[in-house]
Amino acid sequence: MNSAVAGDISILIEKQKLGERIFKIAATLAVLISLGTLTALVVDAFIDGFPRLNWKFLTSFPSRKPQEAGILAALFGSFYVIILTALSAVPIGLGAAIYLEEYAKKNRFSRFIELNVSNLAGVPSIIYGLLGLDLFVRLMGLGRSLLAGALTLALLVLPIIIISAREAIRTVPLSIREAAYALGATRWQMIKDHVVPLSLPGVLTGVILSVSRAIGETAPLITMGALTYVAFIPNGPLSPFTVLPIQIFNWVSRPQKGFHACAAAGIVVLLVVTLFLNALAIFLRNHYQRKISARSL
Amino acid sequence: MNTIMDKTQNIKKIVLPGIETMNKITTNPEHFVLSVQDLSAWYGTAQVLKNISFNIQRHQVTAIIGPSGCGKSTLIRCFNRMNDFMPVFRTTGSILLEGQDLYSSNIDPVEVRLKIGMVFQKQNPFPKSIYENVVYGPRVLGIKNKKKLDQVVEDSLKRAALWDEVNHKLKSNALSLSGGQQQRLCIARALANEPEVLLLDEPCSALDPIATAKIEELIQELKRNYTIVIVTHNMQQAARVSDYTAYLLLGSLIEFGETKAVFTTPSRKETEDYITGRFG
Repeated sequence: MNSAVAGDISILIEKQKLGERIFKIAATLAVLISLGTLTALVVDAFIDGFPRLNWKFLTSFPSRKPQEAGILAALFGSFYVIILTALSAVPIGLGAAIYLEEYAKKNRFSRFIELNVSNLAGVPSIIYGLLGLDLFVRLMGLGRSLLAGALTLALLVLPIIIISAREAIRTVPLSIREAAYALGATRWQMIKDHVVPLSLPGVLTGVILSVSRAIGETAPLITMGALTYVAFIPNGPLSPFTVLPIQIFNWVSRPQKGFHACAAAGIVVLLVVTLFLNALAIFLRNHYQRKISARSL
Repeated sequence: MNTIMDKTQNIKKIVLPGIETMNKITTNPEHFVLSVQDLSAWYGTAQVLKNISFNIQRHQVTAIIGPSGCGKSTLIRCFNRMNDFMPVFRTTGSILLEGQDLYSSNIDPVEVRLKIGMVFQKQNPFPKSIYENVVYGPRVLGIKNKKKLDQVVEDSLKRAALWDEVNHKLKSNALSLSGGQQQRLCIARALANEPEVLLLDEPCSALDPIATAKIEELIQELKRNYTIVIVTHNMQQAARVSDYTAYLLLGSLIEFGETKAVFTTPSRKETEDYITGRFG
């Protein structure tokens, strides 16, 4: 009887081992597929775009001749749009997160708001473009300007910033809040002196990740009417503009082969900018977290 | 309303015969700082404190002991209104600080916390420099004068017996200190506000015996200038450091009196069972 049971167990173990091996292979394959796609994309863009990637490409305006076309206007456009987006989205997002976490009473209404903030994060970006077109371009009369584009993108990234800021605020330990209150701090003093500084790394990570999403957005900006051919550097917030993805889109849709190389080179530039922003996010988060996590020792 | 009060008085007389004798110890109001009068507290519908009355003597150490869940932390947190942040929390009865009810509607809880400092179970320095930790209270009050703040830091750290260990590194992060030093920093930080009463909520429960001994020694020093209330689940600690002891069980004050008397000749069976370790 004993040996019979032992025999059964060894068969069962064999079966489990087989299952484990299959699962391991499947998981590895999944990683390879996703990494492989990314690698293929990057390599392809590099091969096509590398001949065009030089200082002249970065410092020239678009042109009708592919050899002379450059990305300067789009680079500056993206840079300005992102700065204006961050400047308008961060204070509003952080403020909303502070309200929801620290002031709002936990009731049905606040849960309704929370649910809708999460829903907003999932709204297709082109819808934000339509909203931007109506609200900023037409109603507020900002025209097809940098500012209107930045405000549109700010709306787009606001839910992401609010959600990540709320998560960051929630990680501020109760013990620190109590310590501040016990020393006679008011709620506002507690928030300003402890909650905001301690949640900053998390907020920053959210901001940079959402900004690196915004930098690649094309649909809302095309919808609200960003230009596709800009041969000047924007000279103010009300100036017309273009951004990197729109410039790339424009080149891809041209019939000439030479412009396709320009598009590939533009993709490389955009990838580098995005990866740089992501790296910055990771660096900032680790840097500040190391400062704070010593608390738990 | 009156009849209800009378009824609770009557119930108290039946259930807690000791309470009348308790109050005799502290009849001279000049000697006590805090006076708890018929205090009850609820979390939602659960009553956690039941008709508690006792007085806390000036410049003495009062220990609150009792098994887990008896309401001792809730009670000490009532003294500086730290329970206010829980929306379902409410109290009846009163706590008088020198005759003024801490729970009356015209009292700002922030003011209460400035007069009654608190140190928590787990040391919780801010992740800032030692200096910034100590000056936080005065800063919150708007004191900006550098000389004044420097003086506060030195005085407070000296009173908390930490000055000699840290005076050469005031600018370094408070989190680099040992657990015991961090807890003494938290005491120094509370003292910087010049409170009248210092509440200690199980201040040694996260510390090793040596750090605990240092804090206990410090409590003896501090009672010359401050009134101290300490919550502890360690009865030996209560016996060592306190002058008065309150024993809580299931939200009721079972016994209150001089520590020596409570520990040697408890008047109630429940107290005896607890302090002899038969239960708890």
